[in-house]
Parts: sequence; C-alpha cells; structure tokens
Amino acid sequence: MKNQLTILFLFISVVSFGKTITVGKGKQFATVKQAISHASAGDTVLIDAGVYQEGQLVLEKRLVLKGVNSPVLDGEKKYEILTIKANGAVVEGMVFRNSGRSSYLDIAAVRIADSRYVTVKNNRFETTFFGIYSQHATACIILGNKLSSDAKDEINSANGIHCWKSDSMRIEGNEITGHRDGIYFEFVTNSFIKNNYSYENVRYGIHFMFSNNDSYVNNTFKNNGAGVAVMYSNHIHMQQNVFADNWGSAAYGILLKDISDGSITGNTFQNNSVAVMMEGSSRLQIEKNKFTGNGWAMKIQANCMDNIITQNNFISNSFDVATNGELVLSHFEKNYWDKYEGYDLNRNGIGDVPYRPVSLYAMITERNPASMMLYRSFMATLIDKIEKVVPVLTPVDLKDETPLMKPVKL
Amino acid sequence: MKTIIKYVMLDLLRNRIVLGYTFVLLIISFGVFNMDANTTKGVLSLMNIALIFVPLVSIIFSTIYVYNSSEFIELLVAQPLKRKTLWMSIYTGLAFSLSLAFLAGVGLPVLLYSFSVTGLMLIISGLFQTVIFAGIALLAAVKTRDKSKGIGVAVLLWFLFTLIYDAIVMLVLFQFSDYPMEKPMIALTMFNPVDLSRILMLLKLDISALMGYTGAVFLDFFGSTNGILFSIAALLLWTIAPVWASLKYFQKKDL
Repeated sequence: MKNQLTILFLFISVVSFGKTITVGKGKQFATVKQAISHASAGDTVLIDAGVYQEGQLVLEKRLVLKGVNSPVLDGEKKYEILTIKANGAVVEGMVFRNSGRSSYLDIAAVRIADSRYVTVKNNRFETTFFGIYSQHATACIILGNKLSSDAKDEINSANGIHCWKSDSMRIEGNEITGHRDGIYFEFVTNSFIKNNYSYENVRYGIHFMFSNNDSYVNNTFKNNGAGVAVMYSNHIHMQQNVFADNWGSAAYGILLKDISDGSITGNTFQNNSVAVMMEGSSRLQIEKNKFTGNGWAMKIQANCMDNIITQNNFISNSFDVATNGELVLSHFEKNYWDKYEGYDLNRNGIGDVPYRPVSLYAMITERNPASMMLYRSFMATLIDKIEKVVPVLTPVDLKDETPLMKPVKL
Repeated sequence: MKTIIKYVMLDLLRNRIVLGYTFVLLIISFGVFNMDANTTKGVLSLMNIALIFVPLVSIIFSTIYVYNSSEFIELLVAQPLKRKTLWMSIYTGLAFSLSLAFLAGVGLPVLLYSFSVTGLMLIISGLFQTVIFAGIALLAAVKTRDKSKGIGVAVLLWFLFTLIYDAIVMLVLFQFSDYPMEKPMIALTMFNPVDLSRILMLLKLDISALMGYTGAVFLDFFGSTNGILFSIAALLLWTIAPVWASLKYFQKKDL
C-alpha cells in the first residue's frame, strides 16, 4: 500500500509539476515562438488574448498550449499555423485564423504529424484551408472545436478535419461548416466520430475512403452537397445520425460505394433528394431507421448483394425504393411502408400480401427524368396501379414479404 | 345583374345535387383525414379529388344546368336586358356556388386538419379547377345545340385534360427523350389547367424529389416568385378565356 502511494505521488509529480509560462503583452514572453523554445516537456504555455502573427509554429515538445480569452494565431493567408510533432501535446482554447492556401500543398491550420495522444480541444478555426490535419497520428482527441471557412467550390477548398493514415482517433462535438468535406478519413482505422454537427459544406459531411472499423454516432448532417460518403471501406457502423436537407441532383443522405459488412441503425433521414444510395455494397444491416419526406428513400443498384433491410419506417417519401436492373440480391423484411395497401386478416400486425416498394413510375423517371413533371397525374397513378396488380416491368423479386401494418416504434 | 346572380345562386344553393356534392366532399375529406394520422397522405388523396373529381362535377353539372335553364334564358333574353349581363350572371352564379360547395366540402376540413402552405395551395388549386371547368362547360354548352351531344363533349373535354393530354405529353417526352425536354415541358403544362395546378402542388409535396435530376429547371421556373405569378396568370387566363369565348358566341347565337 505504501509503495503504491509513493508510486502514485511520484507519478503525479511528474505529470503535473511542469512550469507555467505566460505569453502576451507584459508577460514573460512576447511571442509564442520564444515561449515554446524556452519551455521544456511537460510545461504549460498560457497565451493571453491578442493577435499573434508569427508565421509557422512547430511544437516538438510535450507542451500544453492554452489560450486565455481566445488569443488569435493569424497565418496571414501564407503559413501553416501550427505543426505538432510531439506525443501528448495539448492545444486548447485558441483561435486559428487565415491559414495559407495552396493548390499543391496541403496547408493546415493545425497539423498533427507522426504523433500520439495529442489533444486539440475547444478551439476556433476561421477561414482556414485545412482545419485540423492528422497524418500518421494515433489515439488523438479532437474535441469541441468550431471550424468555419468560406469554401465555394471543390477545387479551391479543403477539408475541415482531415485524417490520413491514422488510427484510434476520437472526434467529438465539433461544428464544421464551409469546408469541402466536413470530416475526411483516408486509411483511418478504429476511430470514433460522435456528436458532431456538419452543415453547409461543399461536398460531404463526412467522407470515408479506404477506412475500416470506424463508427460514427449521433452526428447531424444538414444541407451539405451530400450527407456522408462511405467508399471502399468495410465494417463502418453508422448509428443515430440525422441526415437532413441534402438537396440536389447528386445529393444523398448517405452514399455507399463499394463497402461491406457495416451497419446503419437508428438514423433519421429527412427531406433528402436521395436518402440512401447504394452501389456495390454488400452485407450491410440497415435497421430501425426513419425515412421521411425524401425524394427517394433508397436507391439500390443491381450490383449490391446480401444487404438486410428490416424494421425501418418509410413515411411520405416520393418514391420508396428505386433500382436500375432486374437483379435483386438484397433482402427486405418487416418494414413499415406508408404506401402499403394490403390487409391483415389474422391481425398479427404483418400484412398478408407482399409490398413491392419499387413503383413503375420510379423506373420511368429513372429512365427519363423529365417525366417527373407528370408525377401524381391521373395517368401516372393509373399505370402505377396496373403495374402493382400485374408486375411486368418492375423487378419481381424486390418485395417485402412481411410488411408491417403499423410504424415501428423507434 | 345582381338580381339575376341572386336568383341563379339561390336556385343552385337549394339544388339537391350541389348539396349532395358538398356533402360527399365533406365526408371524403373528413374520412381521409381521420383514417390516417399522417396528414400529408390526406392532402395527397384530396389532391386527387381536387384535380380529377372536382373538374368532372364542375363541368358536367354546369353543362346540364345551362341546358336545363334554356327556357329561363330565352325568357330573360326577351326582356330589355343585355345578353352579356345575362350570360355573365349565369356564369358568376355557377362558379360562385360550386366554389362555395368546394370550400365547405374540402376547404373546411383542410383548414382544420392540415393548415399549411400545402393545404392552402390545395384549396386554391381546387377553386381554380372549379371556376375554370365551369367556364369550359359554358363554352361546350353554347356551342352544341343538342343536350346529349353537349354533355358528351363536356365529358370528353374533362377526359382530355385529366388523362389524354398527359398521355400525349408522355408520348412526346419519350419520343424526344434524346433532347433536353425541360423547357418544352414547362410550355406544355401551360396548355392544361389541371397540370398547372398539379405541378404547383408537386412543388410543395415532392420538393425533395424535384430537387434531384432535372428538378433544377422546374424549380428555377415554378419555384421562383416570377414562376408562381406566371402560373397563376396562366390559370387566370384559363378562367377568363373560355368564358369570354362563350360570351362572344352567345351574343351572336340564334336562340
């Protein structure tokens, strides 16, 4: 017991008895650069309010950089503001403004390079190119930051939080807007994205490329070019997110391309042009989601297979499901479809006739988009009804054999 | 003019068919809203009523009414009255009482259950269909002397606007699918009052789907204030033109 206490005290003394260094007008140091060069590992650098234009800062020691009353680090639209190359560094409470821009270099406001256990917490990023950029980083925490920029098009803009070849990242409670992609993952594994709000970005709310075993939970994606794109990845879990108002000719709530073995559970899809777009996706479990007021709730291309779509609510969507071929290798069961017109004679809550979610008119608009103009006309309704009775053109196998009579309680 | 309108209106409001029509609309509307908690679905069903059933009743009832009151018309023409006053009074009375029936039958439940922009658009669409098809009925009735033939023409016209026209548009659309058809489509809708109202409703109900694909073109046009004003203007033109044509014909007609 005594030994343990000694060890504990020794540990605390190592961790917390670093010096505290202050930066600012009339403080120990006038510039952050001087403070960093004089500090030794474990010190805390307190930066007082003010605007600091110091070009590029490189942090190579385990320091805590802490802003008091939101000091501004200004990159003058020329420099990468802060590069972190130290394990366990902490950056907190600062404002990063006007990072450099480049069409051939990835200039970031804060770069985490080849480091572990770095924390970037409660900072603000204003008109930056890349906001936070992590490369070869492991187990870093990016928490409660607010990132905003002024992206107009995909070419001259960059991502809010960009992770490349990283592992075990935790990205939580950030607010990201005006970037190309809100959060971008490339070769990132075992990471967790939670409670972020990504809105009005030019391209995607979150973008996964070649990233496996990640999950994102409880995030909100609103009014982005498209909500989330998951491409060439596997074992991605998507839970309790909200995808809203992603409107446009190529706008999706989720775009799934060549992904497998993931799950989409408990999400809400509201007023998107296409809520879920699936291409070459397999073995996904799509369960307990709510689709309301979307143009198309799901578009499943014929190259998808073995997906299970169950216990979802499909309510007031223009079209429930659309597909581009005859082949259907995915499985629908026990969903609630508000357009279902069948009956339930034995009162077990499951409709006695199968529901075919692909309407003929969805196929027609797929082939000739301008015919959307005639949607809901007497004629359109008539052909849809006839097709429902005798399916000829719609894929025969795409059906829910056990449609629910009442919405699933979520 | 006021006296004649008053007479026509009183005559029509006591009419069993108009009362029945109001009642049927009322039952359908309440039924639709009570059947499902989802009011959007109710509005959708009522949209079909407003764009298919309402024009049918409006056009057939008005045609029959004009034929049935031919003796009344002849009597009044013998009086020192302008034919224009007489004809306009009959139209106003018809349009007004049928609109009243629609307002009571559909407008009231919509206001109670689903008071929104979509609901208001539905009511406006239904009212436009009522007055437009009453006008078309007048034109059909004044042009054909034979009653049964006149009613046949009226039904055919209804059929044309609700079904055949769309089928033709669809045919054109697929024949010319290699060309950009968005703008011609906008022009084509202007020639059918039912389509015009339907698209104004679509913009409220299916905005998410319309935003995809070619939605941009339609939305640029119908979604903008100018586009909506233009469509309303087209609907007004549809209201005035048939009545005006029928008036011109009636003024010269040998009764």
